[in-house]
Amino acid sequence: MNLLKISGSPHVHTDNSVKGIMYGVIYAMIPALLVSIYFFGLDAIRVTVLSVVMCLLVEYLIQKYVLKTTVTISDGSAIITGILLAFNVPSNLPWHIILIGAIVAIGIGKMSFGGVGKNIFNPALVGRVFLLISFPVQMTSWPIPVPLGGKALTDAITGPTPLGIMKEGLSAGKTVSEIMPQIPDYVQNMLVGFQGGSLGEVSALALLLGAIYMLIRKIITWHTPVAFIGSAFIFASILYLVDPARFVDPFFHMLTGGMMLGVFFMATDMVTSPMSAKGQLIFGAGAGILTILIRVFGAYPEGVSFAILIMNAFVPLLDRGFKPKRFGEVVKA
Amino acid sequence: MLKTFKLGGVHPAENKISEDKKIEVLPLPKIAYIPISQHLGAPAKPLVNKGDSIKVGQQIAKGEAFISANIHSSVSGKVQKIDAVIDASGYKRTAVVVQVEGDEWEEGIDKTKDIKRDITLSQKEIIAKINEKGIVGLGGATFPSHVKLMVPDGKKADVLIINGVECEPYLTSDHRLMLEMGEEMMIGVEILKRALGVNRAVIGIENNKPDAIEHLSKIAKNFSGIEVQGLKVKYPQGAEKQLIKAIINREVPSGKLPIEVGAVVNNSGTAYAVYEAVQKNKPLIERVVTITGKSVKNPGNFMVRIGTPVSELIEAGGGLPDDTGKVISGGPMMGKALNSLEAPIVKGTSGILIMQEEEAARKQVLNCIRCSRCVSVCPMGLEPYLLEKVVMFEDFERTEKERVMDCIECGSCQFTCPANRPLLDYIRLGKNKVGQIMRARAKK
Ligand code: SF4
Ligand code: SF4
Repeated sequence: MNLLKISGSPHVHTDNSVKGIMYGVIYAMIPALLVSIYFFGLDAIRVTVLSVVMCLLVEYLIQKYVLKTTVTISDGSAIITGILLAFNVPSNLPWHIILIGAIVAIGIGKMSFGGVGKNIFNPALVGRVFLLISFPVQMTSWPIPVPLGGKALTDAITGPTPLGIMKEGLSAGKTVSEIMPQIPDYVQNMLVGFQGGSLGEVSALALLLGAIYMLIRKIITWHTPVAFIGSAFIFASILYLVDPARFVDPFFHMLTGGMMLGVFFMATDMVTSPMSAKGQLIFGAGAGILTILIRVFGAYPEGVSFAILIMNAFVPLLDRGFKPKRFGEVVKA
Repeated sequence: MLKTFKLGGVHPAENKISEDKKIEVLPLPKIAYIPISQHLGAPAKPLVNKGDSIKVGQQIAKGEAFISANIHSSVSGKVQKIDAVIDASGYKRTAVVVQVEGDEWEEGIDKTKDIKRDITLSQKEIIAKINEKGIVGLGGATFPSHVKLMVPDGKKADVLIINGVECEPYLTSDHRLMLEMGEEMMIGVEILKRALGVNRAVIGIENNKPDAIEHLSKIAKNFSGIEVQGLKVKYPQGAEKQLIKAIINREVPSGKLPIEVGAVVNNSGTAYAVYEAVQKNKPLIERVVTITGKSVKNPGNFMVRIGTPVSELIEAGGGLPDDTGKVISGGPMMGKALNSLEAPIVKGTSGILIMQEEEAARKQVLNCIRCSRCVSVCPMGLEPYLLEKVVMFEDFERTEKERVMDCIECGSCQFTCPANRPLLDYIRLGKNKVGQIMRARAKK
């Protein structure tokens, strides 16, 4: 007879796995990936593949030769970082900059904290912000999306993002209504993907589709996205009501730039967001307000990445401050 | 309307393989190992010596402390020795080892199947009888029943809750008992009601046992003040605090007993044992035990004499399968893995589950990815990921503050964790340490 195994209860386990969750996130990014391929063609594939491969490679090398631990690159988390990093850069970014992004994202953003689950900041955002500061020119010249077989809306090959146009115009002293005509029908275009921008920013609808999938599979909860969008919208509305000449309408903020990508795929990263529902609400609300603050008053046209990174730093505090509802809590009178 | 508790909970695969198997009587063992401690509290003091001849039902150990219980012999024969054995709950216990000869019963025990409906004893006499006959909670906690029935001064019970939930996967002993001994059990409930001095009793049963709900509802019509409440299937609904919350929506405060909110919970099997003790003068010497598992040839439910080695029950189930990985006393969520098949079945053994090697293997432990699933399934509203971490860092002050002692060890967190973290292993360790610290503090 073989020896009986002894271990503490429970003796059964669900089919939940880290891999399952990570691949769920990857599946959720497929619609946005397809849209980016549709608009940026081979370039989108090039950037995404390069980014994913480099993230995997960096993680592999660090685990194998630096940390000398078990290699866990098959868990899917490095693939997510790779895709998210690709989603955050222009489609014409040269390979060596992508490599630097991957090294910073995985090496500094993730492995230096101890690997998956232990990092405080979203690795892809760490990579993106590093690139933005180090390569401001390459990181902000955005190819104009050209639908497969279609025509570009302008003759230019690269151009600023709607947020960039807005920022530039406003700092030149123009009013919102003077600038708007330079941004072609943004609501429709930005929903389905004509806005200039990084790979993953082009279509808000595709991102939403992915988010719904993650909600259904219970990979994310509604708290962070709703608080994020809600607070950003309310804050932008207040500014707009105060002075519509200086502040653009809230819908513009919602649909431009990395808003939806940040809301659904960066802020909801379970590793770097709070555990409790209340914590997530505050986390999301904080990120929403910071985003608008940076966009409107800061030096950069886009503020989503910075806002999320700042809120990431508050997560340990939020986790300590907001505890789940305990069973049988004795309420002190 | 079906009820359930709100906070947390999981849905493990039910696997109630043996639910249609009628209760059979397991043949007598050749040797019975009867531990003198089969209950929560102080061990009983042995009353017999090596070489003594004893009968079925004869008291062989006396519970002397306030929280303790009497032990009776489940077999007749000669006391071979009094020695330490490892029982089915995994602990080393002193046991009376009896060489079985025949099946000779003590005088005065009604062995017949006739149902005795008239309850003649008074409240005091009932409690005395339950004490005398060594009745303990049969749901697993094995708390001496007479102690539970003595409501402390200043507290008042207004409802008796009968636990017929059997929320552990695989186990079916309570289910079968409710179906086959429903009326006896119901008389037991009535007796418990009188012992407590309450006029309301609610039997909680999950709706994966519709036959039991229907059967007992019918019987309950002949009794006043006894209701049957169907419950939505959710683990750990059989845990006392969760059951009270589900049925009467009262929340037992942290660190307090159910009586704090006017409730007393007893298991359905206990109600049956109470019937036998009070109406038939029969001590707790046998119980229904499930033998089950995916590879078990003849899964079933058996009436087993206390002290029978687990191996004999496994034989009755068709022998130990070749692919056995673990043998568990109890269910897969809270049961204990046995290291010896010679361990005797005791009052608290509700089932023996044989798990396949593959099923029993633990998966590779990965980093916590902060998915918060463990937090959302914890029925006590704790943060298992955090408890694991603070115990690992040996920060027991924080462990206590994070309310580790509230943990009911239901295992929902570890069951759910996608990173396969051994959460409950650490939490148990934490409870142990914090318990020591608290006791040391109380002594000062
Ligand atoms: S912490 Fe305790 S009570 Fe909570 S789920 Fe885990 S085992 Fe159950
Ligand atoms: S369920 Fe596991 S991985 Fe998820 S938060 Fe809890 S310990 Fe971490």
